[in-house]
Amino acid sequence: MSATSVHTLWTSLAAAPPPGTPGATFDAPTIEYAQLAPILIVVGAAVLGVLAEAFVPRKGRYYVQLFIAVVAIAAAFAAIIGLATSGFATTKAQIVAEGAIAVDGPALFLQGTILLASLVAVFTFAERRLDPVSHGNRVDSFAADAAAVPGSAAEKAAVKAGFATTEVFPLAMFAVAGLLAFPAANDLLTLFIALEVFSLPLYLLCAVARRKRLMSQEAAVKYFLLGAFSSAFLLFGIALLYGYAGSVSYAKIADVVDGTVQQIDPALAGTMGNDALLLIGMAMILMGLLFKVGAVPFHMWTPDVYQGAPTPVTGFMAAATKVAAFGALLRLLYVVLPGLTWDWRPVLWGVAIVTMLGGAIVAITQTDIKRLLAYSSIAHGGFILAGVIAATPDGISSVLFYLLAYSFVTIGAFAVVTLVRDAGGEATHLSKWAGLGRRSPLVAAVFAVFLLAFAGIPLTSGFSGKFAVFKAAAEGGAGVLVVVGVLSSAIAAFFYIRVIVLMFFSEPKADGPTVAVPSVLTMAAIGVGVAVTLVLGVAPQYFLDLAGQAGTFVR
Amino acid sequence: MSFPLLTATAVLPAAGAILTAAVPAARRTVAKWLALLFSLGTLALAAIVLVRFEPGGDRYQLTESHSWIKDFGVRYELGVDGIGVALIALTALLIPFVIMAGWNDADPLETQSKRWRPTQGFFALILMVEAMVILSFEATDVFLFYIFFEAMLIPMYFLIGGFGDRAHAGTDEAAATQRSYAAVKFLLYNLVGGLIMLAAVIGLYVVAGTFSLSEIAEMRAAGTLEMSTNVERLLFLGFFFAFAVKAPLWPLHTWLPNAMGEATTPVAVLITAVVDKVGTFAMLRFCLQLFPEASKWATPVVLVLALVSIVYGALLAVGQRDIKRLIAYASISHFGFIILGIFAMTSQGQSGATLYMVNHGLSTAALMLVAGFLISRRGSRLIADYGGVQKVAPLLAGTFLIGGLATLSLPGLAPFVSEFLVLVGVFAAYPVVGIVATTGIVLAALYVLVLYQRTMTGPVKAEVSGMPDLKARELAVAVPLIVLLIGLGVYPKPLTDIVNPAITHTMQDVNKQDPKPEVEAAK
Repeated sequence: MSATSVHTLWTSLAAAPPPGTPGATFDAPTIEYAQLAPILIVVGAAVLGVLAEAFVPRKGRYYVQLFIAVVAIAAAFAAIIGLATSGFATTKAQIVAEGAIAVDGPALFLQGTILLASLVAVFTFAERRLDPVSHGNRVDSFAADAAAVPGSAAEKAAVKAGFATTEVFPLAMFAVAGLLAFPAANDLLTLFIALEVFSLPLYLLCAVARRKRLMSQEAAVKYFLLGAFSSAFLLFGIALLYGYAGSVSYAKIADVVDGTVQQIDPALAGTMGNDALLLIGMAMILMGLLFKVGAVPFHMWTPDVYQGAPTPVTGFMAAATKVAAFGALLRLLYVVLPGLTWDWRPVLWGVAIVTMLGGAIVAITQTDIKRLLAYSSIAHGGFILAGVIAATPDGISSVLFYLLAYSFVTIGAFAVVTLVRDAGGEATHLSKWAGLGRRSPLVAAVFAVFLLAFAGIPLTSGFSGKFAVFKAAAEGGAGVLVVVGVLSSAIAAFFYIRVIVLMFFSEPKADGPTVAVPSVLTMAAIGVGVAVTLVLGVAPQYFLDLAGQAGTFVR
Repeated sequence: MSFPLLTATAVLPAAGAILTAAVPAARRTVAKWLALLFSLGTLALAAIVLVRFEPGGDRYQLTESHSWIKDFGVRYELGVDGIGVALIALTALLIPFVIMAGWNDADPLETQSKRWRPTQGFFALILMVEAMVILSFEATDVFLFYIFFEAMLIPMYFLIGGFGDRAHAGTDEAAATQRSYAAVKFLLYNLVGGLIMLAAVIGLYVVAGTFSLSEIAEMRAAGTLEMSTNVERLLFLGFFFAFAVKAPLWPLHTWLPNAMGEATTPVAVLITAVVDKVGTFAMLRFCLQLFPEASKWATPVVLVLALVSIVYGALLAVGQRDIKRLIAYASISHFGFIILGIFAMTSQGQSGATLYMVNHGLSTAALMLVAGFLISRRGSRLIADYGGVQKVAPLLAGTFLIGGLATLSLPGLAPFVSEFLVLVGVFAAYPVVGIVATTGIVLAALYVLVLYQRTMTGPVKAEVSGMPDLKARELAVAVPLIVLLIGLGVYPKPLTDIVNPAITHTMQDVNKQDPKPEVEAAK
C-alpha cells in the first residue's frame, strides 16, 4: 500500500485552486471572511476589549469586558455551528485565506470545544464572590495592579482604590483567537504565529494572580522562558522543513514527502528532498508541539505553571491549550507527515509510554492539589497520544472526543479548587482538604465526580474517552500502549482515590479551610462540567457520532 | 413492547438510593424505612422474575435489547439464565436483611456536623450497590457488564471506608486510618483487576467486533470467529484476573480480610455474600463461554489455586483471633470450593458451584450478621474477649451456632448439598483434587466449632454477663435466614431445577461431557 493511499483514509482533497500562474501577476488575495468568522469575531472582540480598557470608566469596565467576551465567544460558537451545519466539516471542507487556514471537521470540532471551554473559563475569570470584600470592593482572582511590585506601597494603594486587572478579558480573547487558529493552521508559518498569539497572552495571564503574587510571577517567567525556548525549536524546525520542501504549506510538504512533486525550485535544488532536513525539522517541530501538549520529557513547566498561575487561568490553560495543541499535532502528523508514519510512530510510542507512566508515577508524591492536577494532565496527555498514534480515522475521532470530555472535567475541577479557601487565599495543600466531605458534602461530591472521571471510572466521560482512544490504539496495532495505558490508569487511580479518601474519610481539621459560596458564574462553570461529565459518560453516542463525522482532514 | 422487568429490578433500588440520599438530615428514620421499602420492592420484582423464568426455555430469557453506544458496538442487552436468576434472587433477598441488620450502624455521632448525613448515605450506597450487582447479573453484553462490574466499586468503597464498626467509634483516629487503608486496598486491587480486564475487553472487540454474548456465540458456532490460541489465552487471562481478584482467589485474596474486618458487619456481608459472587458468576458466564479452549487450557492451574485457597483460607481461619477476619478467611476457603466446582467442568461440579454461591450467601449472612450483633454488644472483635455467651444470651448463641453449622456444611443445612455436589463433580473428573479439597471440610469443622466453643461456652466472662439477648429486629434478620438454610438443605429441588438447564448450556460452551462413572465403563 503506497503512502498516498494510506492517508486518503483520513484526508480529502480540496477543490482545485482557481487557475492562474503565481508570480507572473500579482493577484489580490481572496479572503473567505465567512469561513474565518469564528477567529475574526474573537480577534475583533479582543481589540474591542483593549479599546474598552482605554475608554470605558473604571467602574464599568468589568461589566463591559465580561459582556464583550461572552457575546463574542457565543457569536463565534454560533458561527462554528453555522459552518458545520452548512457542510464545511464534511463535504465542503476547504482551505481558505490563501492556504493559511483549513476549515474542516477536526478544525471546527476543536474550535467549538475550545470556545465552549473558553466560555466556561471566562465565567471563572469573572468570579468576584470568592475573595473577601476588600475596601468595599468585590474582587476577582487577579491582581489589583499587576505592574506594582508585590508588597509595595503602590500595590496597597491600588488595592485600596479597588483597581482590577480587567485586561485579563482582552488577553484571554487574544489567547482564544490564537487557540482557534492553531488547530486550523494549514501552513507552518500560520502555525507558528497562532502559537505565539495564544502563548504571549497566557504568559501574561499567569503572572497576574491576586494572592501568592511572587509564585505567580515566577510561574510566568518559567513558562515564558521555556515557552520561548520551545518556540525557537519550532521555528528552527520550520526553517529546516522549508529547506526540505521549498514551501511551508502543509499540502506541498506532504507532496514532497510522498515524492509526488514534479517541479523542483531551482533556488532550493541543493537541499530539496534532503531527508536529513526532513527528519531533523520534523523532530524539532514535534518538540515544539509536544512542549505545548505537556508530554514527557517536555513537561517540566507544567507543574510549576499550573501551581503558580491564578486558578481560573490554570483551568483555561489546561483545557483549551491542550485541545488546540493536540489539534495542531494531529493535523501535522496526519496531513503533512503521513508518509513518514513509520518514522514518527516509534518516537511517539516512546513519548506516550513515558508520558503516561511518568505523569502517573510522579503525581503520587504530590502534596499540592494544583500540582497533582498538573501531573494528572500530563498523564492524560499520554492517553491522548495513544489515540494519536493509532494513525487510523478512528484515532482522529477518538482524540477529538477525548479532548472534548477532558476539557470540561479539567475546567470543572479547577473551578472547585477556587472554592476551597482559607485566610491565605485558596487552600491548595492537600492536607487542608482533609474532611472536606464532612464540612461541605456537595462540593466534595462534585470534586469526587471529577476525580472519578479523571480516573476513568465507567459512567463518567473519562471512561468513554479512555475507551475510545484505547480502542483506536488497539485497532491501530498499538496493543502494548493499551496495556501500558491501563497500568498507568491503575497507578493514577491511586492518587485520585487518595484525594477522595482525604475528603471523605479523614476528620476535618479545626483550622481547616472554608468553602466559599460562589456566584452563579462559577456555579455555572462547575454545573456545566458535571453535566458534560455525566452525559458523555452515560450517553456519549451523539458526541461520538459528531467526532466521527468530523474525523476527516482537508488537504 | 413488554414491560422491561429486568431493567425495573435494577432501576427500583437505584431510584430508592436517590430518594434515600435526598432525605433531610434530621429525618434519618424516614431514610431507613424508605431504604427497606425499596429493597423489599426489589425483592418482589425479583420474585416475579423467578416466577416468569421458565427453566426449560431459552437460554436467556426476559431479554431486553436497545442500542446504546453504537461507536463502541455496545448494546444495552439484558437477559437471565438460571444462574443469573438464582443470584438475583439471592441479592434481592439479602439486601433487606443487610439493611435491617445495619439499622443503627450509621447513625451520626453527637460530635459530628449537623449537615453530615451518614445514615442517608449508608442506605443509599447499599441500594446503589444492589442495583449495580443486579445489572451485572443481567447484562449479556460484555461491555455493559464491565461498566457495572467497575462502577460498583465506588459505592462499595465508600461503604467500607466511610462507615466503621460502632465497636470502634468513628472518631478513633487509628481505627479510621485502618479503615481507609482497607477501603483503598479493596479499591486498588479491584481497580487493577478491572483495568486489566478493560484491556482484554478492548482486545475482544478488536478480535470479534462485537460485545454481544449471543453474537459471539453465533460467530463461534458458524466458525467465523478468528481467534488464535494465543490471543484467546491472553484475553482469558485478562478476564480471569479481574474475576479472581473479585472472587477472591489465592493469591489475590488479601484485600478481603482487611475489607471485611474493618467494614461494618452489614457491609462485610454485602461484600462477601453479594458483591464477590459477581466474580464467580462471571467466570461461569464470561470466561467459559467466551474462551472455552483457554478455560480448559488453564484448568490445571486454576484448580491448584482453588485448592490452595480452600486449604490456606481454612488454615488461616483456624488461626484468627478476630471473629470477622475468621469469617473472611472461611469465605476465601469457600470461594475456593466454588471456583473448584466451576473449573471441574462437570455438570455436577458447576451446578454445585452455582448452588454454593447462593448457599454461601445465606450461610455467611446468617453467621456474619449474628456475629455483628454479638460484636456490637461487647464492642470488641476479639474472640478472647468473649466466653459463656450462651448462658446469658441463648437465642444469640443458638442462631450463631446454626449459622456456624451451615458454614461447616452440616448435612440438613443448605451448604451441605452444594459442597457435596462440588466434591462429587470434582471427584468424577479429578479424584486427587477432590480428596485434597475434602480437608477443607475438616478444617471448617475445626474453626467453626472452636469459635463457638471459645465465645459461647465456658464460664461467663464479667464483661459479657450483662449482655442482652437478640431483640425483635435482630431476630427478624436471623430467623428467616435460618429457615431458608434449613429449607434449602432439606429440599433443594426448586433451586436445582432452575440452575441445571443453565449448566447444561455452560457445559456445551466448553464442549465437555460428564465423565462416565467407572462402574458403567467396566460393564
